[in-house]
Amino acid sequence: MSKTLFDKVWDSHVVDEVKDGPQILYIDKHLIHEVTSPQAFAELEERNIPLFRKDQIVATADHNVPTKDQHLPIQDLLSKKQVEMLTENCKKHDVTLYGLGHPYQGIVHVMAPELGITQPGMTMVCGDSHTSTHGAFGTIAFGIGTSQVAQVFASQCLLLSKPKSMRISVNGKLKKGVLPKDVILYIIAKLGTNSGTGYFAEYAGDVFENMSMEGRMTVCNMSIEMGARGGMIAPDETTFEYVKGREFAPKGAEFEKKIAYWKTLPTDADAVFDKEYSFDAEDIEPMVTYGTNPGMGIKISENIPSKDDVSFEKSLEYMGFQKGEKLLGKTINYVFIGSCTNSRIEDFRIAADYIKGKQKAANVNALIVPGSQQVAKQIKEEGIQDIFEAAGFEIRQSGCSACLGMNEDKIPAGEYCVSTSNRNFEGRQGQGARTILASPLVAAATAISGKIVDVSEEIEELELV
Amino acid sequence: MEKFVTLTSRAIPLSIENIDTDQIIPARFLKATSKAGFGENLFRDWRFNKDGSENKDFALNQDIYEGKILVAGDNFGCGSSREHAAWALTDYGFKVIVSSYFADIFKGNALNNGLLPIQVSPETLKKLLKTIKKDPETELVINLEKQYLTIEGTDVKESFEIDAYKKMCMMNGYDDIDFLVSNKDKIEAFEASRTF
Ligand code: SF4
Repeated sequence: MSKTLFDKVWDSHVVDEVKDGPQILYIDKHLIHEVTSPQAFAELEERNIPLFRKDQIVATADHNVPTKDQHLPIQDLLSKKQVEMLTENCKKHDVTLYGLGHPYQGIVHVMAPELGITQPGMTMVCGDSHTSTHGAFGTIAFGIGTSQVAQVFASQCLLLSKPKSMRISVNGKLKKGVLPKDVILYIIAKLGTNSGTGYFAEYAGDVFENMSMEGRMTVCNMSIEMGARGGMIAPDETTFEYVKGREFAPKGAEFEKKIAYWKTLPTDADAVFDKEYSFDAEDIEPMVTYGTNPGMGIKISENIPSKDDVSFEKSLEYMGFQKGEKLLGKTINYVFIGSCTNSRIEDFRIAADYIKGKQKAANVNALIVPGSQQVAKQIKEEGIQDIFEAAGFEIRQSGCSACLGMNEDKIPAGEYCVSTSNRNFEGRQGQGARTILASPLVAAATAISGKIVDVSEEIEELELV
Repeated sequence: MEKFVTLTSRAIPLSIENIDTDQIIPARFLKATSKAGFGENLFRDWRFNKDGSENKDFALNQDIYEGKILVAGDNFGCGSSREHAAWALTDYGFKVIVSSYFADIFKGNALNNGLLPIQVSPETLKKLLKTIKKDPETELVINLEKQYLTIEGTDVKESFEIDAYKKMCMMNGYDDIDFLVSNKDKIEAFEASRTF
């Protein structure tokens, strides 16, 4: 029978089927961080159950770490306790930890792919909903709850019913200045935040085939924002090239053998999906959100729609926007380039390419937070850091930072922030903060002009977009 | 997890609809690193007045009511997916929640933590709330094996649905962890058989 990419990976990880119940799904890699793991470790200890496969777990500290002076003790006591607890638990259970100060530390979804931990055909989980990021490699990757973290600790498996499948195809050629972030914001704006509930998505078509791994990760990262459990893209030469030579990637003959297997994974030509959507690349433009969920997005040149709906109006009120108005020209005082959606090297290269030789506007606080120590190092080596600094941007150390404001990096109440992160919920970046989601290019342009501007008008000379 | 076959207990009535996870356990209590102790903050903002004193009007604080069963208004457990809501209810001592509808994720989390959500018809829910308020000594009988609920001493009896696997788990005092660990042989055999 013809199978989808998702079917192939899922079916090859089913250990057993419970009669009239769920399936036992084997998990290849389990990523953990300080916020959702302590109760799971405690659960196991209480019940005297050892970790089943400690070598398949990798830990990092990211959600509430400070992004300044990481060598000093953490100021916030609750955050400090969570980070210390992670260190203690990892030591006690002999789990690999890339904690603060380690050269591999970083946001869990940035660190694992760049170390070659994420590989095609795997099943991966983490107690974090944006685990969908790893689907860019043709991996089944999804977020889990704390009880499930304990289940994977105890058995390297989960009890699950198989989700349905959907395919989203985008074909054609993207316009200049349209980045992967715009593609996914466009898709979510078109389909809505509930369209994926109960489904696993596959992204297909030339747009994704021609995309870099960084771009594919940005797209898969936000699958959860349309309600899908995860998203995937078929592995191809771009994927193999990216994985090759990375720290934990298979080497030599083993790598060749893997590639031969990975090549069998793409969806069969006549496989059937439960749901299909398709879009035209030419219709996509740089996007911005105007509301308090990621589905409330418009093309940067468009007006905010008018809708008579209580929650829509409540959302506009929170944002301080009117129906029918334009976002172009709005004054913005905060810009955040970071988060597991857009804090990889490519994102900063694009932003720096635009910024080079320019100065940030006086009213703007611009925060650059690399997704990992490795990205931070690369930024320095490539001279990107100098460009940002010369332009007046503030560069921090790696972590989740203002994406969810669990550490000190918060946006003040009432202020707008053009952010490359993935959620614009009320209070996400700090109590009362107003988030406008956008690509790194739009964010960079906003920082330079101090207001929202249409980048597509001035990017002709840029090399990278 | 404790085994659950039958339970006879008095019940606490909470005739509020759409009780969401933020009301069950407010977000400010989530930075904790253990599961225990969440019961203390269960329904925190309803149980306590702004000055920290007990709100005597709230059912959980009224001495006339006690028991391991919570009978709550329609659509219980909506909101975020946080498992802390289920932890707070079990930590407080509840074994069963009865309502006319449960949010999906809450239901899963409850079952994973040995808390049985029982969905009854809106009419039965009304009857239950009325009976308990009239006579707080009323006892409810839950029979999981036969999947029914009765009001002791009356002819009110309603059957309820539960997934066959989850029922087996509850009756054997198993949760998903126990079930998975009991399948270790199969999991090891699977690992050994893999070519990739
Ligand atoms: S960067 Fe934001 S979305 Fe990503 S893992 Fe951290 S908190 Fe979650």
